[in-house]
Amino acid sequence: MASKMPNPTRMELTRLKGKLGTAIKGHRLLKDKRDELMREFLDLVRVNMELRKKVEEGIRQANVNFVIARAGMSGEALQAALMAPKQEVSLKEGVKNVMSVNIPQFDYATRTSDPNDIYSYGFAFTSSDLDGAVKSLADVFPDMLKLAEVEKSCQLMAAEIEKTRRRVNALEHVTIPETQAGIKYITMKLDENERSTQIRLMKVKDMMLEEAHHYSEK
Amino acid sequence: MSKIAVMGDRDSIYGFRALGLETFTVTDIEEGAKLLKRLADNGYGVIYMTEHIGELLKKERAKYEERVTPAIILIPGVFGNTGEGIARVKGSVEQAVGSDILFGNE
Repeated sequence: MASKMPNPTRMELTRLKGKLGTAIKGHRLLKDKRDELMREFLDLVRVNMELRKKVEEGIRQANVNFVIARAGMSGEALQAALMAPKQEVSLKEGVKNVMSVNIPQFDYATRTSDPNDIYSYGFAFTSSDLDGAVKSLADVFPDMLKLAEVEKSCQLMAAEIEKTRRRVNALEHVTIPETQAGIKYITMKLDENERSTQIRLMKVKDMMLEEAHHYSEK
Repeated sequence: MSKIAVMGDRDSIYGFRALGLETFTVTDIEEGAKLLKRLADNGYGVIYMTEHIGELLKKERAKYEERVTPAIILIPGVFGNTGEGIARVKGSVEQAVGSDILFGNE
């Protein structure tokens, strides 16, 4: 219920009617936005979960390989081997707009196109396990980047859905009923005023006729 | 054009250097928080973080949640998987839907 009753004037009534129309239209639009966002989100979050499991398994495997590689050579040699990387990755960012949510699009470019440039060391002084370990990590990397894109999108969309849901609920359960109550109150009040004016006029007319013709004395 | 960073303990991340990613060794919270701020403000598009460090920097991470970049992504470290990454995916379902209707029993 409205906490404060609006002024019972025609101008206020027009204003409230306009507000109600906007609120109903906005409510419908936001509801559609929420539904569409939710549909996209549910698809995306499933992909997110699958990718995450894949990446986590890939990294676990790579870590196992690295531990084996470490066991086969001294820590200093390993540090030295990976000290100066040959390859360099740069990230290309784009932004895609899904239902007014900006979600990132990532693409990467490597400095050299040779896939063997991930081995930044001579093969003479390192164990062959290190090659395997580096390779296994390189294999997960495209999925890791995809994961970054999808997971960030999911987070942004989840935040937007939450916001939209609140707005929809606020309109549906607060703004629209309050405005409707206000309109009803003003209409009733105006009708009531009109009736009392009418009665007053009739009464005055009676009194004037009485004065002119003195009905009651006859 | 931006860059990709990997934050974590040395043993978990040294392999990524071979791939051409930039690695940053983090050992304590304060240093990690400063580093995260520096990386986020200096055009790193994606920051991978080991789950262990990610848990320590939870508050700092939350600041970047609303921004398109950087995307802060948790990865398991050499000490194994803490489940924080999976929990985060479930968390976003919960945030959007109200309760976890997809992966509730996984």
